[in-house]
Amino acid sequence: MKYYPIIGLEVHLELNTESKVFCGCSTQFGSAPNSQVCPVCLGLPGSLPVLNKTALTYALKVALALNCEIADFTKFDRKNYFYPDLPKSYQISQYDKPLSKAGWLDIETNGALKRIGITRVHQEEDTGKLLHKEGVAMSLVDFNRSGIPLLEIVSEPDMNSAEEAYEYLTRLKAILEYLDVSDCDMEKGSLRCDANISISTDPKKLGTKAEIKNMNSFKAVRSALEHEITRQTGMLSEGSRIIQETRLWDDNKGITLPMRSKEGAHDYRYFPEPDLVPFIFSSEDIKKVADSLPELPTARRKRIIEQYSLSEYDASVLTQDKDMADYFEEAVKLYNKPKSVANWLLSDIAAATSSTVGIKQLNLSVGRLVEMLKMIDSGVISGKIAKDVLAGMIDTGKPAAAIVKEKGLEQISDDKVIENAADNVLRENPKAVEDYRSGKATALTFLVGQLMRHTKGKANPAIANKILIKKLGAS
Amino acid sequence: MSELHKLTANQLKQEYKNGKTTPQGAMQALLERIEKIEPKVKAFAHLPERCLAKRCQAPLTQKIDRFEVPGTFLHGIPVAIKDNICVKDELTTCASKILEGFRPPYDATVIEKLRNAGAILFGKTNMDEFAFGSSCENSCYYPTRNPWDTARIPGGSSGGSAAAVAADEVTMALGSDTGGSIRQPASLCGVVGLKPTYGRVSRYGLIAFASSLDQIGPITKDVSDAALLMNVIAGHDERDTTSADVAVPDYIKSLTKNVKGLKIGIPKEYFIKGIDPEVKSAIEIAVKVLTDLGAICKEVSLPSTEYAVSVYYIIATAEASSNLARFDGVRYGYRHQGEASMIDMVANTRGDGFGAEAKRRIILGTFALSSGYYDAYYLKAQKVRTLIKRDFDEAFKKFDCIITPTSPTAAFKIGEKTSDPLSMYLSDIFTISANLAGIPAMSVPCGFTKDNLPIGMQILSKPFDEETIFRTAFTYEQNTQWHTRKPKL
Repeated sequence: MKYYPIIGLEVHLELNTESKVFCGCSTQFGSAPNSQVCPVCLGLPGSLPVLNKTALTYALKVALALNCEIADFTKFDRKNYFYPDLPKSYQISQYDKPLSKAGWLDIETNGALKRIGITRVHQEEDTGKLLHKEGVAMSLVDFNRSGIPLLEIVSEPDMNSAEEAYEYLTRLKAILEYLDVSDCDMEKGSLRCDANISISTDPKKLGTKAEIKNMNSFKAVRSALEHEITRQTGMLSEGSRIIQETRLWDDNKGITLPMRSKEGAHDYRYFPEPDLVPFIFSSEDIKKVADSLPELPTARRKRIIEQYSLSEYDASVLTQDKDMADYFEEAVKLYNKPKSVANWLLSDIAAATSSTVGIKQLNLSVGRLVEMLKMIDSGVISGKIAKDVLAGMIDTGKPAAAIVKEKGLEQISDDKVIENAADNVLRENPKAVEDYRSGKATALTFLVGQLMRHTKGKANPAIANKILIKKLGAS
Repeated sequence: MSELHKLTANQLKQEYKNGKTTPQGAMQALLERIEKIEPKVKAFAHLPERCLAKRCQAPLTQKIDRFEVPGTFLHGIPVAIKDNICVKDELTTCASKILEGFRPPYDATVIEKLRNAGAILFGKTNMDEFAFGSSCENSCYYPTRNPWDTARIPGGSSGGSAAAVAADEVTMALGSDTGGSIRQPASLCGVVGLKPTYGRVSRYGLIAFASSLDQIGPITKDVSDAALLMNVIAGHDERDTTSADVAVPDYIKSLTKNVKGLKIGIPKEYFIKGIDPEVKSAIEIAVKVLTDLGAICKEVSLPSTEYAVSVYYIIATAEASSNLARFDGVRYGYRHQGEASMIDMVANTRGDGFGAEAKRRIILGTFALSSGYYDAYYLKAQKVRTLIKRDFDEAFKKFDCIITPTSPTAAFKIGEKTSDPLSMYLSDIFTISANLAGIPAMSVPCGFTKDNLPIGMQILSKPFDEETIFRTAFTYEQNTQWHTRKPKL
């Protein structure tokens, strides 16, 4: 029997507005607990919410970028439940009239394009955060996070593999970064993802789903889904029944574990939030936001391929990271060899970045990189040495020229110096010399390598080649 | 001893202007009055402090001769505040054990406005817990007594504010009205009470009962004082998005003694079963007075009236169940001690901290919002609410205002209805519709029963047309003497 995984993702995104969604408190991350609170985000009796218009604009941007229909009438609702991190004992959210619905996002796996439906994008508020101290029978609450604007982005159950889910998240994150509406940092919790997954023997039908939580990176989402597909498929092929439940991903053990069973859905007793008036978007409002949207990854990829004659692959990787693509285009403005810039960016420079250190955080301004590239062109350093120079620049933040000077890495183009080195190499490697003369062309490569070793890699490879051939032919 | 405690705010301002007394003198008189009669009336949840003068920014002992500047509208006028309106650093408990010891770190918008106008905040008045009630018996402290007969209730939920004004314990007061909580006690205590249009006065800092119905309003000794206080508290507030950005007129200018040609509707649905004959006849006589003054009074029909109480008790309790959910013992107020688990702590805090009526309404509202019942109750109620509003829209196409009794009976005895919540709910039968429709309504004294208990007349008008109410009420008041009678305490 064939089993089909069916996956839908729910993303919660903290918007990077300066103030909270219903009050003027700062959204700064990492401040002292309860230092960014007021009567409104503490839910003190008598306080009332006032919608932050910037948060609403951000929400519209995301909805439009995800090709959603914008509602002409939308309102907020109260989602009622008790929890100590929820100061009003209800969350202001959107229920039956979300600000947008029915969008889509295209992903690409194994070269095939696939359209993933977006069920809805709606606005809500974040909760506070419980702090548990080990060995103490109490918890503390930090309300700095309470009232930070959140977007909930719900996908249709359109994904059929962990890889597709990973790709969806990657594409989504790229769009969100282009819109500059969120830090999209899963480790800080500014982007959170829950996955709904079921396995069915009929690709058109949903199986009994499990909701997977507690994944702190896109890789964790992929691993958790892979694990869950194996687990659920295994159960089904043994004839066991899957129960509807919430499971937590344990990243260390690489497994999901049941959290709480969710047989009957919670009754959140949603009703329209009477403290906020419903609102109506005019077509002008929507147009204004639509016109303000920046170029998005797909469009940029297309343009970069055309404008700079890059490969589909290079352009795709470059544009996935907005900062990388910005860097690329700035560099090309100063140094018109797109392919060369792309190669450096996608190899050595990309390798120096990580999930926490992006290209912006590297000690490498566009100007500095271009200086180095020009040094290669003018023969000051070899392309090979340039790799070390670049590493030095990133390590120390110094310009290429300084690194080259400090480490004595200038390319040797002086014929006399290279001729001396060549003489030494030929004397030390009679066997190779003989091989070459008896017609084994590869021996030359070896001899060039030896010459580079002698000159610590600094010899100009073209000159070295020329001199060696001359000398080998001469005697 | 002077009779300063008996004066209206307008009269007191005149005394200040003439240099006959100072705010210090007025406060002294009121504090002496409170000392003498408060044990009988119990109007306050938290008494004004003797050292209160220190906190008032206005100079209290000088002659005041200028009241024209906005900042001096209420200069030196003592105003009592219902205990559900937040006053910074002062006890604000909604007369509930669950808010035991709660002192808000901020002022309600109306309190800011009062302070800016130079008013003296003069104690927090008793109320039904969280404004749930029509008798002031549901207070966690003690029931407030009606100054006209201390064996009777003062009405509710703003019973403390109405009783304090009627008993001359304070010059004027703020109340809040969700289904009649200003007008019914004003009626039963023989004072003036106005529920403004929904959105006319900011709700910021009013501890919510039912957010779509609540409004803060004045309770005063006469109509002019109500206009004075409205001039100070009305207006758009950026902190309350349900407050309307509609220009506020000078209500004092609408105090003209003229109702000639004014078209007044008398809804027939308000004069049927359950209404006390003495109340009915008082209203009929009042209507006659207005007719004699040139108003044109005619019967009007508000056909959806009979559904108002049912609709109200679904919408109001649904909103209340959510609004009161934040009282969980986690952050402020009362917390039940000794539980090992968070769930038990919340459950016992709420079980122990809320009174019986609060629990009854939370359960009703929770039920009305529950999945499977929402459409049948809450949604249906909202639809009928629209019908009730439409009745008024229709009526106001033909009439400038509507007159009804405020309450079907005069004040009843303490304990008389506590065991029968439904009969208690019917005390608000004439006042609820104004909240559901969002329209303004005022209660003005219009007579007394043979037991010497006050009767109130309710005047309703279109949204944001408080001016017509002021004009009608003032004309009536100036041609009658009811507002000058004082209870014998």
